[in-house]
Amino acid sequence: MLELKNLSFQVKEQGPAPKEIIKDISLTLGDNTFTAITGPNGGGKSTLAKLIMGIEKPTGGQILWNGQDITELDITGRARLGISFAFQQPVRFKGIKVRDLITLAAGEKLSTAAACEYLSKVGLCARDYINREVDASLSGGELKRIEIASIIARNTPLSVFDEPEAGIDLWSFSNLIKVFEELHDKRENSLVIISHQERILNIADEIVVIADGAVKAKGKREDILPELLNGTGGCKFYQ
Amino acid sequence: MDEIQKTLLEQVAGLHDVPAGAYNIRANGESVARNTSANIDIVTKQDKQGIDIVIKPGTKKESVHIPVVLSQSGLTEMVYNDFYIGDDCDVVIIAGCGIHNSGDLDSKHDGVHSFFIGKNSHVKYVEKHYGSGDGNGQRIMNPETVVNLGENSFMEMETVQIKGVDSTKRTTSATLDAGAKLIITERLMTHGSQTAESSFQVDLNGEGSSANLISRAVAKENSRQLFLAKINGNNRCAGHSECDAIIMDNAKISAIPEITANHLDAALIHEAAIGKIAGEQIIKLMTLGLTEAEAEEQIVNGFLK
Repeated sequence: MLELKNLSFQVKEQGPAPKEIIKDISLTLGDNTFTAITGPNGGGKSTLAKLIMGIEKPTGGQILWNGQDITELDITGRARLGISFAFQQPVRFKGIKVRDLITLAAGEKLSTAAACEYLSKVGLCARDYINREVDASLSGGELKRIEIASIIARNTPLSVFDEPEAGIDLWSFSNLIKVFEELHDKRENSLVIISHQERILNIADEIVVIADGAVKAKGKREDILPELLNGTGGCKFYQ
Repeated sequence: MDEIQKTLLEQVAGLHDVPAGAYNIRANGESVARNTSANIDIVTKQDKQGIDIVIKPGTKKESVHIPVVLSQSGLTEMVYNDFYIGDDCDVVIIAGCGIHNSGDLDSKHDGVHSFFIGKNSHVKYVEKHYGSGDGNGQRIMNPETVVNLGENSFMEMETVQIKGVDSTKRTTSATLDAGAKLIITERLMTHGSQTAESSFQVDLNGEGSSANLISRAVAKENSRQLFLAKINGNNRCAGHSECDAIIMDNAKISAIPEITANHLDAALIHEAAIGKIAGEQIIKLMTLGLTEAEAEEQIVNGFLK
């Protein structure tokens, strides 16, 4: 279980007052649940995801993982406790192959067949990709799918996906939904997915709406989603 | 050969034992083992140190190993190896030098490798340099490679110097006839207070000739590197050079690419990029459970692979 207690994050800007990106957020994410975090751009969703992974350090509040205070724990420490993070814009590496990345993610030596299986899950023809470098020769959509495959390979109790749909074409998107459905159907791990996509929100258990650095609404999908959809263009959460 | 020499041999040539095919193994300034084949002859030079490697026209799928190992502190040598490769060959040549210096005197191996490659031949040339030993004496290597590529021939050259060479000055020059192609891939890592200089000069003389120089370099700690790549396009040709370098700690790297078009249809490109490891790359690998140091190591190893 992941608990965020009175979490805040400020950055210093020019001028007298620091800018508040996250304002006193408290949230509890239960085990084996699929939580979608949505809300307007610039509202603090990605920052919240980075705070969970330890990529950013909060300026106030606490993060508890299964009761353990991990607020001061670095990225490596959190990764080893079982938290994974899929980047909105996956990182490119010269010389590191897709196989290497999947193997590092899995944390053990993988047979070619096993590594290929993860790639197949995200709709990549494994044979074509396994020995390619994770560099500029891959398209944004390909990188994104490899990123998601690496998170599946990690198979940790909590996986945070930062806008997995960004940069993915429509065909891939349908497959992506299937991937998340499959992950969720197993009910073995928790998923936190930051998304604007109705189809992703539609398969979540819980939806959290974040705007202007604060939680505007949270609850079961069936309670939150209709409000979000009815209010397109004038949604009360987005106001 | 003793154990140290065997270890060096494994590092530079990947050899546990004598290789298959033609070979000449030089240890502490002397040829200690040699084998020739029906198509490949190896002859000791009479006027100076070194050997001539003569490969008959039409020789296919054969290899030559010519590793050099030095384990005697204070040994300095200058060796000339000439390769005469006939027309229509397809061969692999594996050279390399390993120096183990546990004494206080400098050990130095300078070598000039000259290639005379006939028409329509394919040559893969691999050269690996390695140093070990904890003495105060320096381990110095200055390899010079001269390549003459005949019409429609193709040479792939891979050079690797990853560890333990205190000072190196590498010089590679090549002239290409019509339709000839040259690909050079260099991997270089320096650490401590090592210095490395690598300079290339490629003359694309023949119509339709092409060259691609790819250098990947990592400089750690207080080491220094200089990369010079000069390509002259003297005909309708294509030339490309690329220096990609990572600096760490207090290291310094200079990259000086130079391209000269002496012909209207010479298409020449150079690229050079030097920078530290991108922070986001380290963060990504840390999210997979690696420590910062492990992430750096993984990135450097991948970069130099």
